[in-house]
Amino acid sequence: MEEKKHTSLQYERELQHVKDGLLYLGAMTEKAIESAMTSLLERDSDLARKVIEEDDRIDKLDMELEDKCIRLLALRQPTARDLRFIATAIKINGHLERIGDMAVNIAQKAIQLNKEPQLKPYIDLPRMSDITRAMIKESLDALVRGSIDIAENVRREENVVDGLNDQIFRELLTFMMEDPRTIHRALLIMQISKNLERIADHAKGVADMVIYMVTGKTVRHQQTDELFRKDG
Amino acid sequence: MRDGDIIVTQDVNFYYGSFRALTGVNISFEKNRVTALIGPSGCGKSTLLRLLNRMNDFIEQTRVEGKVLFEGRNIYDPEVDPVEIRRRIGMVFQKPNPFPKSIFNNIVYGPRLAGGMSRTDLESLAERSLKQAVLWDEVKDILGQSAMMLSGGQQQRLCIARALAMKPDVLLMDEPTSALDPISTAKIEELMEGLKKDYTIIIVTHNMQQAARVSDYTGFFYLGRLIEFNRTGKIFTTPDMKQTEDYITGRFG
Repeated sequence: MEEKKHTSLQYERELQHVKDGLLYLGAMTEKAIESAMTSLLERDSDLARKVIEEDDRIDKLDMELEDKCIRLLALRQPTARDLRFIATAIKINGHLERIGDMAVNIAQKAIQLNKEPQLKPYIDLPRMSDITRAMIKESLDALVRGSIDIAENVRREENVVDGLNDQIFRELLTFMMEDPRTIHRALLIMQISKNLERIADHAKGVADMVIYMVTGKTVRHQQTDELFRKDG
Repeated sequence: MRDGDIIVTQDVNFYYGSFRALTGVNISFEKNRVTALIGPSGCGKSTLLRLLNRMNDFIEQTRVEGKVLFEGRNIYDPEVDPVEIRRRIGMVFQKPNPFPKSIFNNIVYGPRLAGGMSRTDLESLAERSLKQAVLWDEVKDILGQSAMMLSGGQQQRLCIARALAMKPDVLLMDEPTSALDPISTAKIEELMEGLKKDYTIIIVTHNMQQAARVSDYTGFFYLGRLIEFNRTGKIFTTPDMKQTEDYITGRFG
Protein backbone atom coordinates (compact mmCIF):
# COMPACT_ATOMS: atom_id res chain seq x y z
CA MET A 1 0.00 0.00 0.00
CA GLU A 2 1.30 3.43 -0.95
CA GLU A 3 1.88 5.51 2.19
CA LYS A 4 0.26 8.90 2.21
CA LYS A 5 2.82 11.68 2.45
CA HIS A 6 2.87 14.57 4.89
CA THR A 7 1.30 17.78 3.65
CA SER A 8 4.55 19.43 4.76
CA LEU A 9 7.11 17.96 2.37
CA GLN A 10 9.93 19.43 4.42
CA TYR A 11 8.77 17.35 7.41
CA GLU A 12 8.59 14.32 5.13
CA ARG A 13 12.20 14.92 4.04
CA GLU A 14 13.41 15.37 7.62
CA LEU A 15 11.92 12.03 8.64
CA GLN A 16 13.45 10.40 5.58
CA HIS A 17 16.88 11.84 6.49
CA VAL A 18 16.67 10.14 9.88
CA LYS A 19 15.74 6.84 8.28
CA ASP A 20 18.54 7.11 5.71
CA GLY A 21 20.97 8.02 8.49
CA LEU A 22 20.08 4.90 10.46
CA LEU A 23 20.61 2.70 7.42
CA TYR A 24 23.97 4.31 6.76
CA LEU A 25 24.97 3.91 10.40
CA GLY A 26 23.85 0.27 10.25
CA ALA A 27 25.99 -0.34 7.17
CA MET A 28 28.99 1.26 8.91
CA THR A 29 28.65 -0.96 11.97
CA GLU A 30 28.21 -4.06 9.87
CA LYS A 31 31.38 -3.17 7.98
CA ALA A 32 33.18 -2.51 11.27
CA ILE A 33 32.33 -6.00 12.56
CA GLU A 34 33.38 -7.56 9.29
CA SER A 35 36.72 -5.76 9.29
CA ALA A 36 37.32 -6.50 12.96
CA MET A 37 36.72 -10.20 12.35
CA THR A 38 38.91 -10.19 9.23
CA SER A 39 41.69 -8.56 11.24
CA LEU A 40 41.46 -11.55 13.59
CA LEU A 41 41.08 -14.31 11.00
CA GLU A 42 43.76 -12.96 8.68
CA ARG A 43 45.96 -11.69 11.51
CA ASP A 44 45.89 -8.17 10.05
CA SER A 45 46.50 -5.72 12.91
CA ASP A 46 46.64 -2.71 10.58
CA LEU A 47 43.06 -3.43 9.61
CA ALA A 48 42.17 -3.72 13.31
CA ARG A 49 43.64 -0.29 14.00
CA LYS A 50 41.61 1.12 11.12
CA VAL A 51 38.41 -0.23 12.72
CA ILE A 52 39.32 1.56 15.94
CA GLU A 53 39.95 4.84 14.10
CA GLU A 54 36.77 4.60 12.03
CA ASP A 55 34.66 4.38 15.17
CA ASP A 56 34.92 8.17 15.48
CA ARG A 57 32.77 8.46 12.37
CA ILE A 58 30.18 6.15 13.87
CA ASP A 59 30.11 8.22 17.05
CA LYS A 60 29.76 11.42 15.07
CA LEU A 61 26.86 10.07 13.02
CA ASP A 62 25.24 8.82 16.23
CA MET A 63 25.27 12.32 17.66
CA GLU A 64 24.02 13.89 14.44
CA LEU A 65 21.09 11.50 14.24
CA GLU A 66 20.14 12.01 17.86
CA ASP A 67 20.24 15.75 17.34
CA LYS A 68 18.00 15.46 14.28
CA CYS A 69 15.48 13.39 16.25
CA ILE A 70 15.40 15.85 19.14
CA ARG A 71 14.89 18.74 16.72
CA LEU A 72 11.99 16.88 15.12
CA LEU A 73 10.41 16.30 18.53
CA ALA A 74 10.78 19.95 19.44
CA LEU A 75 9.78 21.54 16.16
CA ARG A 76 7.21 19.14 14.69
CA GLN A 77 5.50 17.71 17.76
CA PRO A 78 5.14 14.35 16.02
CA THR A 79 2.25 12.05 16.91
CA ALA A 80 1.19 8.45 16.35
CA ARG A 81 3.41 6.57 13.89
CA ASP A 82 5.73 9.53 13.38
CA LEU A 83 6.20 9.75 17.13
CA ARG A 84 6.77 6.01 17.36
CA PHE A 85 9.25 6.20 14.48
CA ILE A 86 11.29 8.94 16.14
CA ALA A 87 11.25 7.21 19.53
CA THR A 88 12.35 4.07 17.72
CA ALA A 89 15.06 5.92 15.79
CA ILE A 90 16.56 7.35 18.97
CA LYS A 91 16.82 3.89 20.52
CA ILE A 92 18.01 2.14 17.36
CA ASN A 93 20.65 4.81 17.01
CA GLY A 94 21.90 3.94 20.49
CA HIS A 95 21.97 0.22 19.70
CA LEU A 96 23.97 0.77 16.51
CA GLU A 97 26.45 3.03 18.21
CA ARG A 98 27.05 0.37 20.87
CA ILE A 99 27.53 -2.24 18.12
CA GLY A 100 30.26 0.01 16.74
CA ASP A 101 31.92 -0.02 20.18
CA MET A 102 31.75 -3.83 20.26
CA ALA A 103 33.52 -3.95 16.90
CA VAL A 104 36.25 -1.77 18.40
CA ASN A 105 36.54 -4.18 21.35
CA ILE A 106 36.94 -7.10 18.95
CA ALA A 107 39.60 -5.23 16.98
CA GLN A 108 41.53 -4.48 20.19
CA LYS A 109 41.45 -8.15 21.19
CA ALA A 110 42.53 -9.14 17.67
CA ILE A 111 45.61 -6.92 17.94
CA GLN A 112 46.61 -8.71 21.14
CA LEU A 113 45.89 -12.16 19.75
CA ASN A 114 47.82 -11.45 16.57
CA LYS A 115 50.98 -11.02 18.64
CA GLU A 116 50.85 -14.67 19.69
CA PRO A 117 50.57 -17.94 17.78
CA GLN A 118 47.03 -18.86 16.89
CA LEU A 119 45.48 -21.04 19.61
CA LYS A 120 43.15 -23.02 17.35
CA PRO A 121 41.39 -22.75 14.00
CA TYR A 122 38.47 -20.35 14.24
CA ILE A 123 35.25 -22.13 13.25
CA ASP A 124 32.37 -20.96 15.41
CA LEU A 125 33.49 -17.33 15.69
CA PRO A 126 33.10 -16.63 11.94
CA ARG A 127 29.67 -18.30 12.09
CA MET A 128 28.66 -16.07 14.98
CA SER A 129 29.92 -13.04 13.14
CA ASP A 130 28.01 -13.97 9.97
CA ILE A 131 24.78 -14.44 11.92
CA THR A 132 25.12 -11.23 13.92
CA ARG A 133 25.86 -9.18 10.80
CA ALA A 134 22.87 -10.72 9.07
CA MET A 135 20.78 -9.87 12.15
CA ILE A 136 21.76 -6.19 11.90
CA LYS A 137 20.98 -6.14 8.20
CA GLU A 138 17.64 -7.87 8.69
CA SER A 139 16.61 -5.71 11.64
CA LEU A 140 17.18 -2.62 9.51
CA ASP A 141 15.36 -4.26 6.63
CA ALA A 142 12.46 -4.78 9.05
CA LEU A 143 12.66 -1.07 9.88
CA VAL A 144 12.52 0.01 6.25
CA ARG A 145 9.65 -2.31 5.40
CA GLY A 146 7.87 -2.00 8.74
CA SER A 147 7.88 -5.81 8.82
CA ILE A 148 7.05 -7.62 12.06
CA ASP A 149 7.82 -10.99 10.45
CA ILE A 150 11.42 -10.06 9.69
CA ALA A 151 11.78 -8.53 13.17
CA GLU A 152 10.51 -11.75 14.75
CA ASN A 153 13.09 -13.72 12.77
CA VAL A 154 15.86 -11.55 14.16
CA ARG A 155 14.56 -12.16 17.67
CA ARG A 156 14.77 -15.91 17.13
CA GLU A 157 18.29 -15.81 15.69
CA GLU A 158 19.55 -14.30 18.89
CA ASN A 159 19.08 -17.69 20.57
CA VAL A 160 21.36 -19.31 17.99
CA VAL A 161 24.11 -16.82 18.77
CA ASP A 162 23.68 -17.43 22.50
CA GLY A 163 24.10 -21.15 21.84
CA LEU A 164 27.32 -20.62 19.89
CA ASN A 165 28.69 -18.41 22.62
CA ASP A 166 28.06 -21.16 25.22
CA GLN A 167 29.70 -23.72 22.96
CA ILE A 168 32.82 -21.58 22.47
CA PHE A 169 33.02 -21.05 26.20
CA ARG A 170 32.95 -24.80 26.92
CA GLU A 171 35.49 -25.55 24.25
CA LEU A 172 37.94 -22.92 25.48
CA LEU A 173 37.52 -24.19 29.02
CA THR A 174 38.95 -27.55 27.97
CA PHE A 175 41.92 -25.81 26.33
CA MET A 176 42.65 -23.90 29.50
CA MET A 177 42.35 -26.97 31.69
CA GLU A 178 44.74 -28.95 29.53
CA ASP A 179 47.35 -26.24 29.21
CA PRO A 180 47.44 -23.12 31.41
CA ARG A 181 49.69 -21.37 28.85
CA THR A 182 46.62 -20.98 26.64
CA ILE A 183 44.65 -19.05 29.29
CA HIS A 184 45.54 -15.56 28.08
CA ARG A 185 44.59 -16.29 24.47
CA ALA A 186 41.51 -18.28 25.45
CA LEU A 187 40.23 -15.43 27.57
CA LEU A 188 40.71 -12.97 24.69
CA ILE A 189 38.77 -15.26 22.37
CA MET A 190 36.04 -15.62 24.97
CA GLN A 191 35.77 -11.85 25.14
CA ILE A 192 35.41 -11.65 21.38
CA SER A 193 32.71 -14.29 21.53
CA LYS A 194 30.99 -12.33 24.29
CA ASN A 195 31.21 -9.18 22.17
CA LEU A 196 29.54 -10.92 19.24
CA GLU A 197 26.86 -12.19 21.60
CA ARG A 198 26.29 -8.59 22.80
CA ILE A 199 26.06 -7.41 19.19
CA ALA A 200 23.30 -9.98 18.63
CA ASP A 201 21.52 -8.57 21.71
CA HIS A 202 21.67 -5.08 20.23
CA ALA A 203 20.40 -6.31 16.86
CA LYS A 204 17.53 -7.93 18.72
CA GLY A 205 17.00 -4.58 20.44
CA VAL A 206 16.65 -2.96 17.02
CA ALA A 207 14.10 -5.62 16.02
CA ASP A 208 12.18 -5.08 19.28
CA MET A 209 11.92 -1.38 18.51
CA VAL A 210 10.68 -2.10 15.00
CA ILE A 211 7.88 -4.18 16.53
CA TYR A 212 7.08 -1.26 18.82
CA MET A 213 7.14 1.15 15.89
CA VAL A 214 4.69 -0.94 13.88
CA THR A 215 2.35 -2.13 16.63
CA GLY A 216 2.84 0.23 19.56
CA LYS A 217 3.59 -2.82 21.75
CA THR A 218 6.69 -3.19 23.88
CA VAL A 219 8.15 -6.68 23.50
CA ARG A 220 11.71 -6.31 24.64
CA HIS A 221 11.37 -8.32 27.85
CA GLN A 222 9.35 -11.10 26.27
CA GLN A 223 10.52 -14.22 24.51
CA THR A 224 9.33 -14.66 20.94
CA ASP A 225 7.50 -17.86 21.91
CA GLU A 226 5.61 -16.08 24.68
CA LEU A 227 4.58 -13.43 22.19
CA PHE A 228 3.07 -15.97 19.87
CA ARG A 229 1.28 -17.72 22.70
CA LYS A 230 -0.31 -14.49 23.90
CA ASP A 231 -1.45 -13.35 20.49
CA GLY A 232 -2.79 -16.79 19.62
CA MET B 1 -25.01 4.22 28.76
CA ARG B 2 -22.01 3.65 31.00
CA ASP B 3 -21.94 4.72 34.62
CA GLY B 4 -20.34 8.11 34.78
CA ASP B 5 -21.44 9.27 31.35
CA ILE B 6 -23.25 12.57 31.49
CA ILE B 7 -24.13 13.03 27.82
CA VAL B 8 -24.64 10.25 25.31
CA THR B 9 -25.68 10.64 21.69
CA GLN B 10 -27.49 7.81 19.95
CA ASP B 11 -27.49 7.51 16.16
CA VAL B 12 -27.52 11.26 15.68
CA ASN B 13 -28.01 12.61 12.18
CA PHE B 14 -28.11 16.33 11.57
CA TYR B 15 -29.23 18.23 8.50
CA TYR B 16 -28.76 21.79 7.31
CA GLY B 17 -31.64 21.84 4.80
CA SER B 18 -30.97 18.82 2.65
CA PHE B 19 -27.26 18.67 3.53
CA ARG B 20 -26.46 15.95 6.02
CA ALA B 21 -23.78 17.33 8.34
CA LEU B 22 -23.67 14.45 10.82
CA THR B 23 -24.25 10.76 10.17
CA GLY B 24 -24.96 8.15 12.85
CA VAL B 25 -22.96 9.73 15.63
CA ASN B 26 -22.75 7.67 18.80
CA ILE B 27 -20.51 9.26 21.39
CA SER B 28 -20.42 9.29 25.18
CA PHE B 29 -19.06 12.06 27.37
CA GLU B 30 -17.81 11.01 30.77
CA LYS B 31 -18.52 13.17 33.78
CA ASN B 32 -15.66 15.31 35.16
CA ARG B 33 -13.51 14.65 32.14
CA VAL B 34 -12.32 16.81 29.28
CA THR B 35 -13.27 15.45 25.88
CA ALA B 36 -11.83 17.02 22.75
CA LEU B 37 -13.48 16.87 19.34
CA ILE B 38 -11.04 17.20 16.47
CA GLY B 39 -11.17 16.95 12.70
CA PRO B 40 -10.78 19.07 9.57
CA SER B 41 -13.07 22.01 8.79
CA GLY B 42 -16.54 20.91 7.87
CA CYS B 43 -16.23 17.53 9.62
CA GLY B 44 -19.20 18.26 11.87
CA LYS B 45 -17.45 18.70 15.21
CA SER B 46 -18.83 22.19 15.90
CA THR B 47 -22.25 21.11 14.67
CA LEU B 48 -22.18 18.31 17.21
CA LEU B 49 -21.05 20.65 19.98
CA ARG B 50 -23.89 23.10 19.29
CA LEU B 51 -26.34 20.24 19.15
CA LEU B 52 -25.48 19.25 22.71
CA ASN B 53 -27.23 22.28 24.22
CA ARG B 54 -29.66 22.92 21.36
CA MET B 55 -27.83 25.97 20.01
CA ASN B 56 -28.64 24.73 16.52
CA ASP B 57 -32.31 25.48 17.30
CA PHE B 58 -31.49 29.03 16.27
CA ILE B 59 -30.44 28.05 12.76
CA GLU B 60 -33.25 27.89 10.20
CA GLN B 61 -34.05 24.70 8.34
CA THR B 62 -32.04 22.36 10.51
CA ARG B 63 -33.21 18.96 11.63
CA VAL B 64 -31.98 16.48 14.22
CA GLU B 65 -32.54 12.73 14.17
CA GLY B 66 -31.57 10.35 16.93
CA LYS B 67 -31.23 11.10 20.62
CA VAL B 68 -29.02 13.26 22.76
CA LEU B 69 -29.32 11.93 26.30
CA PHE B 70 -28.34 14.29 29.07
CA GLU B 71 -28.38 12.40 32.36
CA GLY B 72 -30.52 9.81 30.61
CA ARG B 73 -33.13 12.20 29.23
CA ASN B 74 -33.38 13.11 25.54
CA ILE B 75 -32.90 16.87 25.33
CA TYR B 76 -34.84 16.92 22.05
CA ASP B 77 -38.04 15.62 23.67
CA PRO B 78 -40.80 18.17 23.04
CA GLU B 79 -41.46 18.77 26.74
CA VAL B 80 -37.83 19.68 27.43
CA ASP B 81 -37.20 23.39 27.98
CA PRO B 82 -34.14 24.38 25.91
CA VAL B 83 -33.47 27.32 28.21
CA GLU B 84 -33.11 24.97 31.15
CA ILE B 85 -30.81 22.75 29.06
CA ARG B 86 -28.61 25.72 28.20
CA ARG B 87 -28.43 26.71 31.85
CA ARG B 88 -27.10 23.29 32.73
CA ILE B 89 -24.92 22.98 29.63
CA GLY B 90 -23.07 26.26 29.21
CA MET B 91 -21.06 27.41 26.23
CA VAL B 92 -17.95 29.48 25.55
CA PHE B 93 -17.32 30.67 22.01
CA GLN B 94 -14.33 31.20 19.79
CA LYS B 95 -14.23 34.97 20.13
CA PRO B 96 -14.66 36.46 23.58
CA ASN B 97 -18.09 38.11 23.63
CA PRO B 98 -18.49 40.05 26.88
CA PHE B 99 -21.57 42.23 27.24
CA PRO B 100 -20.85 45.98 27.01
CA LYS B 101 -21.36 46.23 30.75
CA SER B 102 -19.22 46.25 33.87
CA ILE B 103 -17.18 43.18 34.75
CA PHE B 104 -19.45 42.53 37.72
CA ASN B 105 -22.64 42.85 35.68
CA ASN B 106 -21.32 40.49 33.03
CA ILE B 107 -21.03 37.76 35.62
CA VAL B 108 -24.31 38.30 37.44
CA TYR B 109 -26.42 39.08 34.37
CA GLY B 110 -27.91 35.59 34.06
CA PRO B 111 -28.33 34.80 37.78
CA ARG B 112 -29.95 38.22 38.32
CA LEU B 113 -32.44 37.56 35.49
CA ALA B 114 -33.19 34.17 37.02
CA GLY B 115 -34.02 36.08 40.22
CA GLY B 116 -34.08 35.16 43.87
CA MET B 117 -30.60 36.38 44.81
CA SER B 118 -29.66 39.23 47.12
CA ARG B 119 -26.88 41.69 46.33
CA THR B 120 -24.60 39.84 48.76
CA ASP B 121 -25.41 36.51 47.08
CA LEU B 122 -24.56 38.00 43.70
CA GLU B 123 -21.32 39.44 45.00
CA SER B 124 -20.15 36.14 46.43
CA LEU B 125 -21.23 34.35 43.25
CA ALA B 126 -19.20 36.82 41.16
CA GLU B 127 -16.16 36.31 43.36
CA ARG B 128 -16.48 32.53 43.26
CA SER B 129 -16.96 32.44 39.48
CA LEU B 130 -14.08 34.81 38.82
CA LYS B 131 -11.84 32.77 41.09
CA GLN B 132 -12.80 29.56 39.28
CA ALA B 133 -11.92 31.25 36.01
CA VAL B 134 -8.60 32.42 37.52
CA LEU B 135 -9.42 36.05 36.78
CA TRP B 136 -10.25 37.31 40.28
CA ASP B 137 -6.81 38.59 41.22
CA GLU B 138 -6.59 40.60 38.02
CA VAL B 139 -10.02 42.27 38.27
CA LYS B 140 -11.04 42.32 41.94
CA ASP B 141 -10.33 46.04 42.23
CA ILE B 142 -11.98 47.06 38.97
CA LEU B 143 -15.25 45.11 39.04
CA GLY B 144 -17.21 48.25 38.22
CA GLN B 145 -15.25 48.99 35.05
CA SER B 146 -16.34 48.03 31.58
CA ALA B 147 -15.51 44.47 30.51
CA MET B 148 -14.55 45.86 27.13
CA MET B 149 -11.30 47.29 28.54
CA LEU B 150 -9.97 43.84 29.42
CA SER B 151 -7.47 42.09 27.17
CA GLY B 152 -8.69 39.34 24.84
CA GLY B 153 -7.43 36.60 27.16
CA GLN B 154 -9.06 38.26 30.17
CA GLN B 155 -12.30 38.70 28.24
CA GLN B 156 -12.34 35.00 27.41
CA ARG B 157 -11.80 34.05 31.04
CA LEU B 158 -14.61 36.50 31.90
CA CYS B 159 -16.87 34.63 29.47
CA ILE B 160 -15.89 31.37 31.18
CA ALA B 161 -16.66 32.94 34.58
CA ARG B 162 -19.99 34.15 33.20
CA ALA B 163 -20.84 30.65 32.03
CA LEU B 164 -19.77 29.19 35.39
CA ALA B 165 -21.95 31.67 37.29
CA MET B 166 -24.98 29.76 36.00
CA LYS B 167 -23.62 26.69 37.81
CA PRO B 168 -23.80 24.43 34.79
CA ASP B 169 -22.90 20.73 34.79
CA VAL B 170 -21.27 20.79 31.40
CA LEU B 171 -19.17 23.42 29.70
CA LEU B 172 -18.98 23.38 25.91
CA MET B 173 -16.02 25.24 24.44
CA ASP B 174 -15.88 26.03 20.77
CA GLU B 175 -12.28 26.88 19.84
CA PRO B 176 -11.92 28.86 23.07
CA THR B 177 -8.31 29.92 22.52
CA SER B 178 -8.01 30.32 18.78
CA ALA B 179 -8.18 34.11 19.07
CA LEU B 180 -5.74 34.28 21.97
CA ASP B 181 -1.97 34.64 22.45
CA PRO B 182 0.07 31.71 23.83
CA ILE B 183 0.13 33.00 27.42
CA SER B 184 -3.65 33.46 27.56
CA THR B 185 -4.02 30.08 25.88
CA ALA B 186 -1.84 28.44 28.53
CA LYS B 187 -3.89 30.11 31.28
CA ILE B 188 -7.14 28.80 29.85
CA GLU B 189 -5.71 25.31 29.37
CA GLU B 190 -4.51 25.34 32.96
CA LEU B 191 -7.94 26.57 34.03
CA MET B 192 -9.63 23.67 32.26
CA GLU B 193 -7.55 21.22 34.27
CA GLY B 194 -8.78 22.87 37.47
CA LEU B 195 -12.43 22.99 36.37
CA LYS B 196 -12.55 19.27 35.68
CA LYS B 197 -13.32 18.31 39.26
CA ASP B 198 -16.59 20.27 39.19
CA TYR B 199 -17.56 20.24 35.52
CA THR B 200 -17.57 18.13 32.42
CA ILE B 201 -15.81 19.90 29.56
CA ILE B 202 -16.25 19.29 25.87
CA ILE B 203 -13.93 21.26 23.63
CA VAL B 204 -13.74 21.67 19.89
CA THR B 205 -10.27 22.62 18.74
CA HIS B 206 -8.29 22.88 15.54
CA ASN B 207 -5.13 22.78 17.55
CA MET B 208 -4.26 19.11 17.86
CA GLN B 209 -1.51 19.75 20.40
CA GLN B 210 -4.11 21.51 22.50
CA ALA B 211 -6.40 18.48 22.32
CA ALA B 212 -3.44 16.31 23.31
CA ARG B 213 -2.54 18.60 26.20
CA VAL B 214 -5.91 19.21 27.81
CA SER B 215 -8.19 16.29 27.11
CA ASP B 216 -8.77 12.87 28.63
CA TYR B 217 -10.70 11.60 25.63
CA THR B 218 -10.56 12.57 21.98
CA GLY B 219 -13.07 12.03 19.20
CA PHE B 220 -11.92 12.35 15.60
CA PHE B 221 -14.56 13.40 13.05
CA TYR B 222 -14.35 13.21 9.31
CA LEU B 223 -17.07 14.04 6.79
CA GLY B 224 -19.80 14.09 9.42
CA ARG B 225 -18.89 10.78 11.02
CA LEU B 226 -17.17 9.92 14.28
CA ILE B 227 -14.22 7.92 12.98
CA GLU B 228 -12.51 7.12 16.24
CA PHE B 229 -13.07 7.79 19.91
CA ASN B 230 -10.64 6.79 22.62
CA ARG B 231 -8.39 7.91 25.42
CA THR B 232 -6.31 10.85 24.26
CA GLY B 233 -3.04 9.10 25.04
CA LYS B 234 -4.06 6.21 22.81
CA ILE B 235 -5.28 8.42 19.95
CA PHE B 236 -2.03 10.37 19.79
CA THR B 237 0.34 7.39 20.08
CA THR B 238 -1.40 4.40 18.51
CA PRO B 239 -4.69 5.33 16.86
CA ASP B 240 -6.66 2.39 15.47
CA MET B 241 -7.92 4.05 12.30
CA LYS B 242 -5.71 5.09 9.41
CA GLN B 243 -7.83 8.21 8.78
CA THR B 244 -7.18 9.36 12.35
CA GLU B 245 -3.47 8.69 12.02
CA ASP B 246 -3.21 10.56 8.71
CA TYR B 247 -4.95 13.57 10.20
CA ILE B 248 -3.06 13.82 13.48
CA THR B 249 0.31 13.25 11.82
CA GLY B 250 -0.33 15.99 9.27
CA ARG B 251 -1.06 13.91 6.19
CA PHE B 252 -4.00 15.94 4.93
CA GLY B 253 -6.08 15.74 1.80
